[in-house]
Amino acid sequence: MSEITAVAARETVGVPQFYVEEEYHPENGTLLGFWLYLMSDCLVFASLFAAYGVLGRNYAAGPSGAELFKLPIVAVNTSLLLLSSITYGFAVLEMQRSRQGAMLIWLGLTGLLGAGFVGVELSEFAHLIHEGAGPQRSAFLSSFFTLVSTHGLHVTFGIVWLVTLMVQVVLHGLIEANRRRLICLSMFWHFLDVVWIGVFTFVYLMGTLR
Amino acid sequence: MSAHSESPVHADDHGGHHTHHEHDGGMSHATLKGYVTGFLLSVVLTAIPFWLVMGKVTANPTVTALVILGFAAVQIVVHIMYFLHMDTKSQAGWSMLALIFTIVLVVIMLSGSLWVMFHLKENMMPATAEQMRNMP
Repeated sequence: MSEITAVAARETVGVPQFYVEEEYHPENGTLLGFWLYLMSDCLVFASLFAAYGVLGRNYAAGPSGAELFKLPIVAVNTSLLLLSSITYGFAVLEMQRSRQGAMLIWLGLTGLLGAGFVGVELSEFAHLIHEGAGPQRSAFLSSFFTLVSTHGLHVTFGIVWLVTLMVQVVLHGLIEANRRRLICLSMFWHFLDVVWIGVFTFVYLMGTLR
Repeated sequence: MSAHSESPVHADDHGGHHTHHEHDGGMSHATLKGYVTGFLLSVVLTAIPFWLVMGKVTANPTVTALVILGFAAVQIVVHIMYFLHMDTKSQAGWSMLALIFTIVLVVIMLSGSLWVMFHLKENMMPATAEQMRNMP
């Protein structure tokens, strides 16, 4: 009752009254938006994981994961990606201290580790295809190549993005826009590491167990 | 209709010009300690599953599979906490809400697909007369 009278009182003064009050305004909505993009990307990977989970044992009399996967190579790849996560973390720390040179060095190292990851993965793919275990061999290999190469493509585009941002930082310095972009890329990069945890556990380790 | 009175200072915040503590935008501040802790935990949580599988530590593959899935789940939580700096406060809780919603969808999608498709072969019609004769 008192509220209504208060509204009426304010309307008489001529101040516009909005009944739908917006409760929350983030200072930087980009990060929330980017997080929502990552969540939708998570759903893409979840469906690919589901496809692999369903088809992963349909070998069509072809080779199984236990025969194909070389765990030492997977361990090297996992270490490369994990190391690239911590080097990106160091880059973010240098960014917070506004030390551009050190940040660029850490970013460059991150890019090199990511490129190493993609390189090892491509050589693994080339080896598999050379052995006749390409994506067309069986449902298992189709779903395997789709899942793992989708992740690899994400890492590749992450590297492209990283190089672009390094150029941006060199040209324009650590301006507000570049800081925001670097934080977005850090979320993307760490998210890919999270997906890789699923890949090496669900695909490689559990595939070798069977 | 909410009863709280809107102060003019708060209303001005919507303009979009912000000069201080800008680059985190609602994410908690990254620290060296956080990254190093997360990294060390990840190394341990990665090494143990690889050791379990490559060293053939347990005789039962099902047990090993369940254990390494558990390690993966813990490591994902570690990465989200220490590398993605997610907590219930970031973006006033909207990040966490989106994450929980996504996890629910992912669990439904994964467990649903595996459950429905698990007995696929048994549920299909026999393809040949031979299979038809040998039906259980």
